[in-house]
Amino acid sequence: MDFNLADKNVDLIKHRKTYFLFTIAIVLAGAILLSTLGLNLGIDFESGTRVDLVSEEPLTEEEIENEIAAVGLTADDITLAGENNEQASVQFIGDLDQEEALELQGHFEEAFGHEPNMSTVSPQIGRELAINALIATGLASLGIVIYVAIRFEFLYGLAAITALLYDAFFVVSAFSLLQLEINIPFIAAVLTVIGYSINDTIVTFDRIRENVRKEEQEKDIEDFDHLAGIVNKSLLQTLTRSINTVLTVLFAAVAIWLLGSEAITSFAFAIVIGLVAGTYSSLFLAAQLWLVWKNKHMQKQREKPAKEMEGSES
Amino acid sequence: MGKKWGRIGAFFAIVIAIGILISQTAFDVARNTNLGLDLQGGFEVLYELQPDGERELTEEDIQATASALNERVDVLGVSEPSITVEGDDRIRVQLPGIEDQEEARELLSTGAELSFRDVDDELMLTGEDLQQGGASTGFDEANQPIVQVTLEDGELFGEITTELSQRPEPENLLVIWLDYDEDEHSFYEEANEPDPAFISAPRVSEPLPTDTVSIEGMESLEEAEFLAEMLNAGSLPVQIEEIYSNTVGASLGEQALEQTLFAGMVGVALILLYMMAYYRFMGVIASLTLMVYIYLVMILFNSIQGVLTLPGIAALILGVGMAVDANILTYERIKEELKDGRSMRSAFKLGSRRALGTIIDANITTIIAAAVLFYFGTSAVQGFAVMLIVSILTSFITAVYGTRLLLGLWINSRTLNRKYWLFGVKERDVRRGL
Repeated sequence: MDFNLADKNVDLIKHRKTYFLFTIAIVLAGAILLSTLGLNLGIDFESGTRVDLVSEEPLTEEEIENEIAAVGLTADDITLAGENNEQASVQFIGDLDQEEALELQGHFEEAFGHEPNMSTVSPQIGRELAINALIATGLASLGIVIYVAIRFEFLYGLAAITALLYDAFFVVSAFSLLQLEINIPFIAAVLTVIGYSINDTIVTFDRIRENVRKEEQEKDIEDFDHLAGIVNKSLLQTLTRSINTVLTVLFAAVAIWLLGSEAITSFAFAIVIGLVAGTYSSLFLAAQLWLVWKNKHMQKQREKPAKEMEGSES
Repeated sequence: MGKKWGRIGAFFAIVIAIGILISQTAFDVARNTNLGLDLQGGFEVLYELQPDGERELTEEDIQATASALNERVDVLGVSEPSITVEGDDRIRVQLPGIEDQEEARELLSTGAELSFRDVDDELMLTGEDLQQGGASTGFDEANQPIVQVTLEDGELFGEITTELSQRPEPENLLVIWLDYDEDEHSFYEEANEPDPAFISAPRVSEPLPTDTVSIEGMESLEEAEFLAEMLNAGSLPVQIEEIYSNTVGASLGEQALEQTLFAGMVGVALILLYMMAYYRFMGVIASLTLMVYIYLVMILFNSIQGVLTLPGIAALILGVGMAVDANILTYERIKEELKDGRSMRSAFKLGSRRALGTIIDANITTIIAAAVLFYFGTSAVQGFAVMLIVSILTSFITAVYGTRLLLGLWINSRTLNRKYWLFGVKERDVRRGL
């Protein structure tokens, strides 16, 4: 078990156009999914009432529908969960009034033997939460870009943020494809993914920067192949760390996903998807984008009069 | 020789001391942790304060309402209630482990504004004429439960009853309302209802020059006690409206806690096994610092009065990942240096130093994300963010300095020199003659 490929002849750069095409295809697919299937917004964003119930025996949708009808209500959505379908989540879009909600709660407790979980959100709160989540994501990204631009340079920041947005978008698209519920913990999951994505990219960029400095001490980096060689070497050097880190975090996230409480299943699942996307984007998107952009930038520099360049180099 | 065994002895002394400390106190630490609603069941409600007419809400209004709610929660006898002001017009009330959420809801949201009116709904006396804390329960001659309230001014009541007793029947009633609403309530409409909105409407046939008034019409002693307590807790300074509520059944909460803790332990165990398999001796050190990390996070979290929620547990376990990453970064660098043919000691020194910059950059970016979350998030997300920040800071201390200390003792003892296998480095990969 050794992921150390630094001394082997692996070229991660050669197929960069394929990676870019692949990434674009994924983004397009995601955009199509979002515009057709849309997102399954939970009541955190929609306004309404959600009832989570648990029973000793396996449940069926029909059974639950009947119990709800007994109180004189109709549910908008019923989802069964748990190993033997002994759990269920029932949603009522729109504001169920307090009395109705209480009656339903009492009824379920009687029918299934456990007090259900119940969550009610008014329309105004749902909208606010959605807007706040978007603002938070935007500001977190902005803060990260500024930090990276200061600590590294702007092109690193730009590449890192592209990878980050891709990761977040990938998770959202996956949730659209599988029609999993978007709730507040999901937002926390996406922000965690953003944190990890940037973490991973920064580690790679750190190594690229270090290697670029080392090479420049010996001779100027002149052509694309030279720069590509450095990026490839850096990627291979950090590969073991990338794989080991993502594996260990995956151990935790998968364990919570498969064994943890129903309430955070989708939270953990979002993190699992995000971790995989984040590893991909650090290796095949962020570093490669930086390489292409940096090369263009250097070409522009070279086209300027030689004198000016010498001046700026010294 | 002496120095060598001294260092190794110090290592074991530290490990044993930590082991004793953790095993002796871990139970208390776990018990002192505040569990969120989602883990122990309970009731949570978010109120929005309604401004009164043209007047805008002031800071004082919000504080006064929060403390009024606090007094009411005291009536319920909840062990660890939490009442927090959110934004500039919201108050969140969390009542973990509460049994009767219907009662709680009613008790919290009622205005508790007692008023005495005539049959034409003209106001005679308000709650402000009551003596503070002057409400108590008792029984009337028919042994029915009643609530007795004491008035500030007995003479005033005498005047009112004199005036009322002169009216012809059936207009000589003193109607007692709780939370009377001008737009909604009128005595004549309610009087025909089987369950009228007013509490009672006693007949006043003679002047009553007294300062104690009995409120009849209670269905049970509990109802009477409830009303008395509510009146004593006082009225809310402003109107409130419920805009969000969340109830978690106790058994579901408990189940969630057990499942997630189990999942967390499995996850952490897998991480530790993997680290030991891949990084051998260094993995053992990483496992030690990870245990300390989890212990410290819990202590810190308790000391800032954090409330552990499901996402919080997730953040804790993912924080383990962050701590592991710092270890992995350092160990990979050490391995690289070893392969370059450096001695154990210089590989350790160089590797630790080179990894540090990367660890700092990576951690700060995550803290930025967590801080933004904390600032903009609502309570559950905020709990997650707090946990994430605490995790990152603690992981930095344990993974960087803890590892340096523990691994350093062994490296500097020189017992491990040239034992490449213990570091997961193949001897043939080591470049000689540098």
